[in-house]
Parts: sequence; C-alpha cells; structure tokens
Amino acid sequence: MPASIIEALNLSFRYNGIDVLQDVSFIAVKGDYIGLVGPNGSGKTTLIRILLGIAGPLSGRVRLFGQDLGDFSDWSRIGYLPQSFPSFNPYFPSTVEEIVSLGRLSGKRFPKHLDRSDHEAIDRALHLLNIDPIRNALIGELSGGQKQRVLIARAIVNNPDLLILDEPTAALDPEAREHFFTLLRRLNADRGTVIILVTHDVGSIGEYANKLMYVDRRIHFFGSFEDFCSSDRMTSLFGANSQHIICHRH
Amino acid sequence: MYIFEYLQYGFIQRALLCGSFIALLCSTLGVLLVLRRFSLIGDGLAHVTFGSVALGLFLRVYPLYVSLPVVMLSSLGILKLTQRARLYGDAAIGIVSSVGIAGGVLLASVAGGFNVDLFSYLFGNILAIGKEELYLSIALSIAVLAVIVLYFQEIFSMTFDEEFARVSGIATERLNTLLVLLTAITVVLSMNVVGIMLISALLILPAVTALQLARGFRTAMLISASAALASVVGGIFISLALNLPTGATIVLTNFVLFLFAFAIRNLRHRRLAS
Repeated sequence: MPASIIEALNLSFRYNGIDVLQDVSFIAVKGDYIGLVGPNGSGKTTLIRILLGIAGPLSGRVRLFGQDLGDFSDWSRIGYLPQSFPSFNPYFPSTVEEIVSLGRLSGKRFPKHLDRSDHEAIDRALHLLNIDPIRNALIGELSGGQKQRVLIARAIVNNPDLLILDEPTAALDPEAREHFFTLLRRLNADRGTVIILVTHDVGSIGEYANKLMYVDRRIHFFGSFEDFCSSDRMTSLFGANSQHIICHRH
Repeated sequence: MYIFEYLQYGFIQRALLCGSFIALLCSTLGVLLVLRRFSLIGDGLAHVTFGSVALGLFLRVYPLYVSLPVVMLSSLGILKLTQRARLYGDAAIGIVSSVGIAGGVLLASVAGGFNVDLFSYLFGNILAIGKEELYLSIALSIAVLAVIVLYFQEIFSMTFDEEFARVSGIATERLNTLLVLLTAITVVLSMNVVGIMLISALLILPAVTALQLARGFRTAMLISASAALASVVGGIFISLALNLPTGATIVLTNFVLFLFAFAIRNLRHRRLAS
C-alpha cells in the first residue's frame, strides 16, 4: 500500500451557522490524481483550505505526509494555486521572476535568501510554463492567462509531492490549457506527485484524473472512474448524460 | 547662507540625521502599507498620537514615552478589530483614530493649560530635536529597518498574496502583528519631523512616487527611500532658505517629487503607445 500523503478524518466546518462540510474523511496516496468536483458552494474550496491549514475545521483532523497538520512544517513539499488571483493591486511592482521566486521560500530557513539552486529552479519553472520571455515583465502588465501561468509556475517551482490547484484553467486559452494538463500528467506519472484539482469542468476531468471526488457538503463519491461510471447513485446525481460524457472522456 | 554654513549648526545636523533615518523608515514601511491598502493606518495612529501626547502633557511625562506604548497598543487594537470584529481596515482605523483624537481633545480641555505645547506636536519642529530624541530615533530606526531587511522575503510574499504565504509556512499573523507595531513606532518617531497632522504624508507620498516608476519590488523600496531622503534633506534646506515651516515644506517637496514621477510615467506610457 503506497504511503498516505493526505489523511482527512471526520472534517466538519460551519460558517455563520450553516454547515459547509460534514464528516468528510478520505485518504490520498502517492500517485493519486484527484478531480474534485461539486456544485457552487458545495465546500470544495473550504475543504482545500482546511487541508492546507488556512481554515480551521469545527471538528476532525488532517494529517499531511504522516504528520498532524499542527506539527507539519515541510511546506516545500506542497504546491498550491488559490482559486482566484489575489485581489491584488494592478500596479503591484513585481516582476514575473520575483513572483515565481516566492514559491521557493517554503524550503528556506530564516533569514530567507535565494541562492543559485533557487534561481536554477525558478528558471526551470519559467521555462516549463513558457513564460521565459516575460520574466522581467510586471505582473500587472500581463493578460489573465499569463498571470495564471505565473501562479502555476510559483506552485510547481519546488517540484512538490502534493499539488493542490483550485480551478487552475479558468483563464487559460485551449493551447495553454493542453500544455498545462500535459505538465500535470508528467509530474503525476514521473514523480508520483499527488494532484488535487478542483474543477467545474466535469466534462473533461475524466481525461486527466485517475480518481474522482464528488463533494456537496459531504463526500458523495470518492473512487476510480470505473467505479464512478458503474455507480447508479452517481447516475442519479449527475444524470445519465453527464455521467456518460465523463466516462466516455476517460 | 550657503549649505555648508547651515551644516555647521548642531540643530541642523541633528535635524538632517534624524530626518534621514525617519525618511528611510517611513518610505520602506509605506510601500508595504500602500500595497496592502492599509495606508491610512498612519493617519489613524497619528490621531492616537495626538491623544497620547495630550496624556503625556497632562501627566507631566515626556510625551514620546507615553506615545510609544499607547500607539503600539492602539495599532494592535486596529489589527484585532480587523481580524475579530469582521471590520474592514478603514473602519477599524476610523474607530481607533476617533477615540484617540477625542481623548486628546478631552484631556486638553480638562487640563486647559498646554495648548501651545500640543500645537508644536501637531505641526512638528524637526529643528528643535534634542540629542536624546536623536539617539532614540536612530536606535529605533535601525532596529525597525533591520527587522524589515531580515524578514524582507516573508513580507514581500505576504504583501503579494497572504494565503499563499501561509501555505509557504510563513507565520502571517505574527508578521502582521510585527508590521503594525513597526508602523506604530514609526508614526511616533515621525511626529517630531513633520508633526502629527502630516505623518501619513511621509508614509504614503514616497511610496506612491515609487509605484509610478518601479519595475520590481526591491526597486520600489529603493526609489521610495531615495524620494523620502531627497524630500527630507531638500525640504529642510528649502525651509531654511525661504524661512518656511520645515514639516510642511518636506511634505510639499514630497508631493512635487510625486508629480515628477507621475509625469515620467505618463511620458513613458505615451512613448510605448506611439
């Protein structure tokens, strides 16, 4: 049995008296590529925020790489792309290279200074995302798709063992999207990087992921696409047509 | 009188030295505050400084010694109100700021006899800075600047994207607390340079000047620091030469530099467009 990378145990979360998540438990192991789907407001982003310690659950606990979240400190093993681009000042005076470099800080001790190996890793990430030519451009000068590629580069610059991406492809054009999914597939296949990808694009998630998690306050389904495709319960949730599209793409 | 003749006077040397350190402090912190949309915290804390100066005069204690702890506590109050009471930063600043100024007015009214002293703090008098104030300002400035340099990368990450910074293992809550405390110290130290009424200008103007021109985060800090230094040194000499109030001259020199940077940016954009 591969080592567990994430263990979520009985997670619940309440906001303004409303249950956002109830009793969510699952385990992700090395090599998993999980498509996390669910309707708007179903708690997908909240779940991710709890897994990363950004939000605290009402009850339950999280273990990352075998350690309780409270004791976990090896953040360089985790790459994260938040749902929306930070509500940042369009005139923020930072270059693409400076922003990608922020991804390297998690592996640094105090005082955090970047060295040669960091600059090499930054160069690799810029190259992988095809943003080499704009490395000195200010972030505010870029298009939405270019900004998203910069943030993806920041998420993968450490070659993480766990990569959590919240709706990463919303701003990408078809070519950049295809390039991005190829990159993820390579990370997952070559390095066994665990990927959790939140998406509304249920129609194409079957092309990429090897597991599906359907969340709507609780986990309604978590398993392989084969199981998903043969589940009558999922047929009733998704409708036969949507289920067919997802399974056909897989 | 020539510049070199001015430099022979101890009070001018002290003003230049103290003003330069405060300028460096305000300009670096200012970039962070402006980018985090927290720039009015300087104004809010300055109002609290008014209340604390009144308290110091009322208690017959040197105002700086009262202001430092009071303003630092108030800055923590703003942070807690923002985090716990679900208030936006501007509303939290508004609450603490109005309480500070109301307290100052109340104390001034009850005491009745220190209006002239209070007036000097409102508009500052950098040329009257004593040796003790100078040493304290330099020591605190060096301490604050050292913290900014040591935590530069963490502060940069948090300023750009706080959520990502947390997932990078950066203790953002602790860093936020540190930043507002540094801002409080800076505001108190700045009251002698430009006065309580104009402190926020020292925080905001060099930063927005830098944001017109900078093409990088580090460059923004450097341009901001240069603009602040130039305006403090230039402002002191212009005020001496033309017999103008020094604090106000420093602020207006800052503003002229901002206009200059704004014009350069527009020219640059026009050239790119054509």
